[in-house]
Amino acid sequence: MNYKLISSIALSLLLARWKQTLVAAVGVMFSITMFIALLGFMNGLNDLLDGLILNRTAHVRLYSEVKINPNQPIDRVNRFTSGHNFIRSIKPTNSRQEIYNSQAILQAIRKDERVLGVAPKISAPLFFNTGTVDITGVVNGIDAEAESRLFHFADYVTEGRPEDIADIPNSIILGKALADKLMAGIGDLIYVTTPGGERFPLKVVGYFQSGIQEFDKTQSYASLGTTQKLFGRGKSYITDIQVKLNDLESAPAVAKEYQRLFQVDAEDIQTANSQFETGSFVRSLISYAVGITLLIVSGFGIYNILNMMIYEKMDSIAILKATGFSGKDVNRIFILIALSIGVSGGLAGLLFGLLASVGIDHIPFNTAALPTITTYPVNYDLVYYAIGLGFSLVTTYLAGLFPASKASHIDPVIIIRGK
Amino acid sequence: MGQVVLEARHINKSFRDPVTVKVLKDINFKVNKGEFVSMMGKSGCGKSTLLYILSTMDTDFEGDLLIDQESTKGKNEPHLARIRNEKIGFVFQFHYLWNEFTVLRNVMLPGLKLNKYSEKEIEHNAMERLKLLGMQDLALKQANRISGGEKQRVALARAMINDPLIIMGDEPTGNLDKKNSQIVFDIFKEMSEELNQTLLIVTHDPEFAAKTHRIIEMEDGRIVS
Repeated sequence: MNYKLISSIALSLLLARWKQTLVAAVGVMFSITMFIALLGFMNGLNDLLDGLILNRTAHVRLYSEVKINPNQPIDRVNRFTSGHNFIRSIKPTNSRQEIYNSQAILQAIRKDERVLGVAPKISAPLFFNTGTVDITGVVNGIDAEAESRLFHFADYVTEGRPEDIADIPNSIILGKALADKLMAGIGDLIYVTTPGGERFPLKVVGYFQSGIQEFDKTQSYASLGTTQKLFGRGKSYITDIQVKLNDLESAPAVAKEYQRLFQVDAEDIQTANSQFETGSFVRSLISYAVGITLLIVSGFGIYNILNMMIYEKMDSIAILKATGFSGKDVNRIFILIALSIGVSGGLAGLLFGLLASVGIDHIPFNTAALPTITTYPVNYDLVYYAIGLGFSLVTTYLAGLFPASKASHIDPVIIIRGK
Repeated sequence: MGQVVLEARHINKSFRDPVTVKVLKDINFKVNKGEFVSMMGKSGCGKSTLLYILSTMDTDFEGDLLIDQESTKGKNEPHLARIRNEKIGFVFQFHYLWNEFTVLRNVMLPGLKLNKYSEKEIEHNAMERLKLLGMQDLALKQANRISGGEKQRVALARAMINDPLIIMGDEPTGNLDKKNSQIVFDIFKEMSEELNQTLLIVTHDPEFAAKTHRIIEMEDGRIVS
């Protein structure tokens, strides 16, 4: 096969109609540009929104649910074991929010190879006192270091240092909205009351801004030790164990396993946040659909131009065949023309798509809810560029397929006789 | 008279659309190496149809066609394309040059397709052919920028590039004036005498035919003499 000859013929046919060729290539370029910019932007947004929740959520959360005892006394009476017993108004008794034997569980989980990290946590209701008013809130006792490492806690502390809650005794980081309500500045002393009625002074060492206003109105963070002291509990008092896994997908299986192994309740991230995955998926689907539609439209453009070219060059094709070029050669020439339009348009599209992404990336985007974000988010994942180029090749190849096969089946006798 | 380069054996052909019309009836003849044969006949007697069958472009016929003593029956399309490329030079009534290319490139293309020689050698050969036809000065001109007579001569040079076994012509002088017809005929004559080139030319022009070695006359799809 003489590829040099085939490509030189394809090139001269391209150059003979360079304006149409250019229009076709620009069509491909435009659609790839849009495809890249759209997907980059959409996925940047997805990452941002997912990050708001998913980054801060444990892959597997172990806790102790307040629930009724599944073994009711009536079940132990021999007379009633054979049937089903309906009992009304059962109340939970002796339920503890504390995870029993928490230190041993923590140690066991740390040894598990599937686990990236583990952070213990205490979550408890608290009243913040301002004047005569009590504001209901929640205090989270955390290990600041582990929380920052695993769940990006430090990213959301807009003022103050997250380590301070561990270093300064009786200190607290308040949600920004909550701090505004309490009119508490950094370094101020605030008073809190536990549900048990104990009153405590705490020092504000920082603000926390999650991006979700409602959340910031009620949440506050303190060290594990401070929280245990607030509620008069021992060193081993923990209500939640947050586990981050190496592989997010294995969370449901691990959750089930831990639930059985440690006799606690376990919740995986997929169950807890299924709506976010659905949202991301739909957004990606829409961007792919738009991008592919654009490409198909430009594919029709290429199809039209090739058809016109073949109609115009009927004589040349006939004579190529008369002088010994086979149908396959002619087919290759036109496929090559289509592909070169696809490749040049596609590569230019990738470049312009990158430029458009960079442009979007520089548009200011300031919102009080997202303190860490200053410009629109863009995802530069190479996968989208590969998909864009792949699609441009596939669509132009398909667009070239029919015209090329038509050209290869031209009967030279009919053309030559026709004159 | 040397070996047979082209042989038609019982060739029959019908057009079936809209009604079946038999256009070629039992055509049998041979062309020997070095012969200058002209084919004559009234319009519609089937001589062009026969020529396209002989050139392997039309495969829809009964009987057998031997080129260089090899049957073309049942050969696939790429194989026939190869035969056309290597063994047959074709000149049409209309010149059919590729307007996208220069004159030189036009002559070179079939040679490049054959891929027997390097591009340099093919270019040299093409230049030789053009010189032979007195066209070397136009070699680098675009093919659509030269006159009709010149175009026909370029088409001739193109037909000669692969040293074909036989050159076929479908009224190659039909579109030319007296002077250019004479030039083209002289070229054929020269090719026949000096290069011992085998030629099979379909023509309307009795004057042209009279000067060839042999005249095949056709009437109503039959060879009459």
